[in-house]
Parts: sequence; structure tokens; C-alpha cells
Amino acid sequence: MIMGLLDFFAHGTFQHGIHPAYQKGETSCLPIRRLPFPGRLVLPLDQHIGKPATALVKKGQEIVRGEPIAAADGFMSVPIHAPATGRVRAIELMDTSRGPKALSIVIDVYESASQEVLWTTPRDMDALSPGQIIEAIQQTGMVGMGGAAFPSHVKLTIPEDQNVDTLVVNGCECEPYLSCDHRVMLEYTEDLIRGVQYAMRATQTEVAVIGIEDNKMDAVEAIRKLLPADGNILVKAVRTKYPQGSEKMLIKATLGREVPAGGLPSHIGVVVNNVGTLAALGRLLPAGEGMTERVVTIAGPGVEQPGNYLVPIGTTLGFVLDQVGYQGTQHEFILGGPMMGTSVSSLDTPITKGTSGILLLNEPDIENETRRIWPCIKCARCVDACPMHLNPSMLGQLAAKREYETMADEYHLNDCFECGCCSYVCPSSIPLVQYFRIAKAVNREMAA
Amino acid sequence: MFKKSRIELRTSPHVRAADDVVTIMRNVVYALMPLVMFSIWLFGISALALTLTVTASCLVTERLINRAGRHDSTLGDWSAAITGLLLALTLPPGFPLWMGAVAGIVAIGLGKALFGGLGMNVFNPALVGRAFVQAAFPVAITTWAPSMAMGRFSEFIPSTLTAPMMSPPAIDEWLGRVSVDGFSGATPLGLQKFDQIETSAMELMTGMVSGSAGETSAILILACGLYLAFRRMLDWRIPLWIMAGTVFTSGVFYLIDPVSYPDPLFMLLSGGLMLGAWFMASDMVGSPVTPVGVVVYGLLIGFLTVMIRLFGGLSEGVMYAILLGNAATPLIEQLTQPRVFGQQRPSQQKETE
Repeated sequence: MIMGLLDFFAHGTFQHGIHPAYQKGETSCLPIRRLPFPGRLVLPLDQHIGKPATALVKKGQEIVRGEPIAAADGFMSVPIHAPATGRVRAIELMDTSRGPKALSIVIDVYESASQEVLWTTPRDMDALSPGQIIEAIQQTGMVGMGGAAFPSHVKLTIPEDQNVDTLVVNGCECEPYLSCDHRVMLEYTEDLIRGVQYAMRATQTEVAVIGIEDNKMDAVEAIRKLLPADGNILVKAVRTKYPQGSEKMLIKATLGREVPAGGLPSHIGVVVNNVGTLAALGRLLPAGEGMTERVVTIAGPGVEQPGNYLVPIGTTLGFVLDQVGYQGTQHEFILGGPMMGTSVSSLDTPITKGTSGILLLNEPDIENETRRIWPCIKCARCVDACPMHLNPSMLGQLAAKREYETMADEYHLNDCFECGCCSYVCPSSIPLVQYFRIAKAVNREMAA
Repeated sequence: MFKKSRIELRTSPHVRAADDVVTIMRNVVYALMPLVMFSIWLFGISALALTLTVTASCLVTERLINRAGRHDSTLGDWSAAITGLLLALTLPPGFPLWMGAVAGIVAIGLGKALFGGLGMNVFNPALVGRAFVQAAFPVAITTWAPSMAMGRFSEFIPSTLTAPMMSPPAIDEWLGRVSVDGFSGATPLGLQKFDQIETSAMELMTGMVSGSAGETSAILILACGLYLAFRRMLDWRIPLWIMAGTVFTSGVFYLIDPVSYPDPLFMLLSGGLMLGAWFMASDMVGSPVTPVGVVVYGLLIGFLTVMIRLFGGLSEGVMYAILLGNAATPLIEQLTQPRVFGQQRPSQQKETE
């Protein structure tokens, strides 16, 4: 009864969460611009979750834009397409945002070549069966563009024993600073709706709900205007709150369903995809092209020309930053948003399929991040912020005592998806998320 | 090609909310300032001297313990200052200064440092200090001075300046000189309990009554507490549930026998209840973090306060009620762990099994 009442008040959102400064204004109002092609591209073979792709090209080989240069290795893998016309310089270990160096195809881009996509095999989408659509999606090399880089065709493949009735499309973009999904919804609206329809056919779902945070009402209106008349696609404005764009939170906000702990959305009949991914599919699938570029938000206090840019996959961070300009003497380069993004140490790190933003923080933010760590004063702000309703205060104290197993067994450590709300609100500046990552890693190692 | 710069490498999240421990604690000190000022206005230089002595004693003890443990100074987190101010506010205004200093040493030494410092203490340190002097100096701590006494800004209450290790002198002669008519040397709670004289709600609200230095004006305490609550530096649910528990428990007794039991409003506004509920029970360290736990904790303290006041040997019960609430906190937390998102409730689990 009480829970029912709480659910009523939490309508159109989830319980808990935080309201960080959104900082989207300076980029969300600018149209998407194209960045020039860099002289060199670096394409890691494992820029998606799953098995790395296998290279199809050799050193010295000439390639044209759109040509497949690496093939999927099995079902849990996706191919890679050449983002620019040029020559393969080498296939060697290069820096990536994931930490260790990874085998990558390095391409010297021809300076004067026409960068028109020449390698296309247009498809008649209406003739394809659900299975064929899934296959076509894999051929585009598409991965979740929200940041996880999970192969899209795997996500849209529903296991035999499960029934999915609703496709939830994630247009929340709850991370501060990022606005690439916002611009995509405004500028590629038709592609998006087409992509949603393809995904509905692939998953055989009757209904699709596009969930968009209510700070992007212009996107809500733009999509509503172009929706097909059959009424199978709905647009729902959800409350602006971090982490609204997390799968579980969005399903709760749009459908009122709760993904069981340790379960997947498909267990409750839902499949989720990101707007950026579906908009890209809506354009690439009929044209028969591969994924060669993506929209990236480049923002942060140090950036001279912030905005949303169409960037070829494989462009290095350093090239991008030189194009937009940046200031300051102390920097933190973050791929993704400020809440869950990864900070990288090398300007040679390439933009990959999952990179939704480049965020450049400088002195004031870094100072704020390096505050003195005080003891936990049990203020309960983390408990009131955790969208999973965990007890980060208790988890943090257990982590300090290295009681990692108790954390997992009694305090639901494995339900934590590292959204960062607890660390964000902690007045003692305790690096809670970092503790939990360590705890999970140690537990995994102990189990192995 | 690239500008020379230092690259920072950190784990997410890369942004943080503005509030830190120091900001919160400093604001608690700000919120306590009006109460301290008011107590000085009511009780004169004795209250001022007591506040300064107790706070200084807390700060010095904290610093000495830092040094003994070879730790960095923790005075910067303001928590020792809060303990000092709160402790001073709970003592009778004419409390001998040396006893106040002892209370401060015990509060920080036994109440806080012994448990491991900030965040580790089980009990509210100020109340540990208060409980110690209650047991050690039973006479001094129940010797109340009248508010608004004549000459309170030029003359100390005689007991204030008692030499260390000596018992305070009787203040009857001084009382006779300065007192307003009919001052019996008892607080409203004492009057009610032992003499069946009830003080009006209006007097209690404004605080023109006798009592501990800072626990007299319900309205002022409420205003200061609300300031912190609005700045989200105090969990308003705790005082709310304590007040609810108090009103409910005393309401039951009042309905049974309105003649011998005081009415709920009197219970709410008298004694240390408001100060305790807003500034001591709500101390983050000693209260539960779980949402349901907060309710249990608040109701428990409200209930215990009324029981001690009505049936205990003392006229005042808030201090022991909060200390018992602090002691029960780990258990309450254990029993009220929140339902994790996506976790089935026990009833649902049975259905699916």
C-alpha cells in the first residue's frame, strides 16, 4: 500500500537520484557540425563489448571509405568499416580509452580524396524478415552509442524463451554536458523514427515508447510531429534527473515496471535502445552502409568552441581538441559524461563507436575532485541518492574494512551499476564508486 | 603541436556536489549562534563565560588528542566546536565553569575520541558530557537561575566562579537580591512534575522561563533548525518523528487522565525536547541512515522522553532518550535495510516459489 503510494508520486520518474548542474546549454543550441578528416585514424579492433573483430586488411593496402576492414568474429562481435579513404599504415598496439593498449588498424588518410561513401549496397528493408534485419544490423557494425558499446544486433535478439512486448527508446541523455542525443533527435528525427520501426520489426514488438527528459521538450515536440498515424510509437517526457537514462530507471519511469535484481529488461518484456543508435540504423540500414562516424559532444569549461560534431570513428582526441581549441594548464580529458565517463591520459586515444562525448575539465573542477577525504558522518545523503536503493554508507564502511564478500552477500553490491550518485553527493568526498569497483573486481577474482 | 599541460587521471564521477563536511558543520555552528546569543541575553555574562569555557575545553581536548595520536588537526571540521556549543546550551546557566570544562573534556575524550573521532562515535558527544556531569555533580546541574535577572550583564551568578574541585555555593542569597518575584528555582518541567504548576505555552514558546542556557525558546530553536533543514544540512524527518512520538505518547496519557498528566503541547515545548530533537538527535553520526530507520528512531526517542519524564525520577528525559536512541541505531539500521530496486518483497517471493 505504502509502496503503491510511493509509486504514484514517482510517476514519470524513479525514486532517488540527483540533480547535478546540467551544463548542456552551450552545446545543445548549436547544430551538428562536421569535423575535418584527420591525417591519421586509429581503429581498435575491440571497441565493442564481446569478441574483437578480425582484421581483413593488410599493411599498405588501399581502402575506400565505407569498406569493411575488419569482420565480426562470431555472433558477439561486429565488423569495422573504413571511416576514410586512405592506406593502412600498420596494424599494431595503440592507446585506447579502456586502459591497456589494444591491437588497432592505423590508417593514413589521403588528403585530397573525395570522402564520399562509395561502398554501399542499398537494401529493400520492407522485404526483410526479423532475422534478416538482425543480420543487417550486425553488418552495419552498430553498437550501443550511449556509451556501453554493446553490439546492437545482440541486444535486439530476444532469447527464444522470453517474450518482449515493448521497445523502450532511450532519449534521456541524463549525463551533464552531453547533448549529442538531443541534437540527433532534433536533426535526424525521420531517421530515428525509421530506426525505431526497424527495431520494432526485428524484435516483433507492438509498442515503442521514446523516453525523453523534460528538459528537451523541443525534441519531444519534433518527434511527435513526425510520428506515423498508427499510434504504435509513443513519446513520453520523463523527469529530468540523473541517472534517468539508466536502462532500469527509464523502464521504471516509462512503463512502471521494475527489472528484477540481477535480471535483464527482457525478463519483464522490454528491450531498450538508445536514440543515437536507432537514428544511425534508420539511415544506415536502407543505404546499406557501415558505421563510420558518429555525433560527439565536445564540451567543458576549457573548450573554446564547444558543440556537437560529426567525427569519423578513429579520430584521436588530440586532433579533435586542436580543432576546437582549449585553454588552461591542468586538464582532465574525459571520454563520455562527467558522471560515468573514463578519463584518459593520452591525447592519442581514439574516438570509438561508444564515445558520446569529450569533456575537458580544468583547474576548478579538478580541485573540487581532490578535496580532503573526511570520515563518513552517516549523513545518509548517499542512501537518499542511490537509484538502486542500496546503502552506500554501509557498503563504504565495509569496503574500508575489506569485507568484500559481506558487501556482495548482504548489501547487494552487485546491483550497483556505478552511476556515481553516492560519490557525487558525499560531503566527506569518500570515493565510494571506486571502492565498489575494487570490491567487485576482488570478488570476481576470488570467484575465478 | 599540443600545448604543454598537466593531465589528470581519475575515476568517475568527475564532478561533485558543492557541500562538504566542513560546509555542513560550519552551517550548524551558524545555526547555533542565535541560540547562544539568546541564552546570553537571558542569563547574562554567566552564560557567555560558560559557553566560552565549554567550547574552549572541547577544542583544546580535541587538539591534544590529535597531537597524542600524531594526527592532523581536526579542528578544521568544526565538529568539536559544535559539541562545545551544544554542551554549553544544555547546562544550567550558573553551572560552575570548572565543571563545564570537565564536561567538555569528557564529551570529546570519552564521547568522541575514544570511539575513533568524527563519524565513529556511537553517542552524541555533547550528551555524553552532559550525562557525565549529571551523574558527577547532581546538585550543580539542577540549580537553575532565573532568566532576565537584574544586573545579569555586570555580575556573575555566584556559582559560576566556583574554584576548581570545589562545590558551588548556595545561590539563595543572590537569588533573593536579583530575582523576579516568586522564582522557585525550578524549570517548567520541574514545576509541573513536583508542584503541579503548569507554565503556559506562550511563555514556553518565547523562552522567558528558567532552564538550561539554550533550551528555553522553542520558537528560536525551531527557526534555527528549519534554516538547516532548508539548506539540507539536517534531516528534518528526525525532529518531526520525535515530535510526533512525543505528542502521541503524551497524548495517550493526557486522554486517560488530563488532571495528573500534562498536555502534549506542554510536553513538546518544555525542557530540552526542541533542542534535543532539532540539534542532538538529528546529529548525523548517531542516527540511522535508512529511511524507515529514521521513523523508528524518532518515535522511539519521543516515546522514551515522555516515559522518563512521567515515570522517572528526573523531570527531564530527553538526554537519556537520545542516548538510548543512539545506542539502538545500529540495530534499527540492521532491521530496516531498504528494499533494493528490483528485489522482490517477501510476499511476492512466496508467490513465485
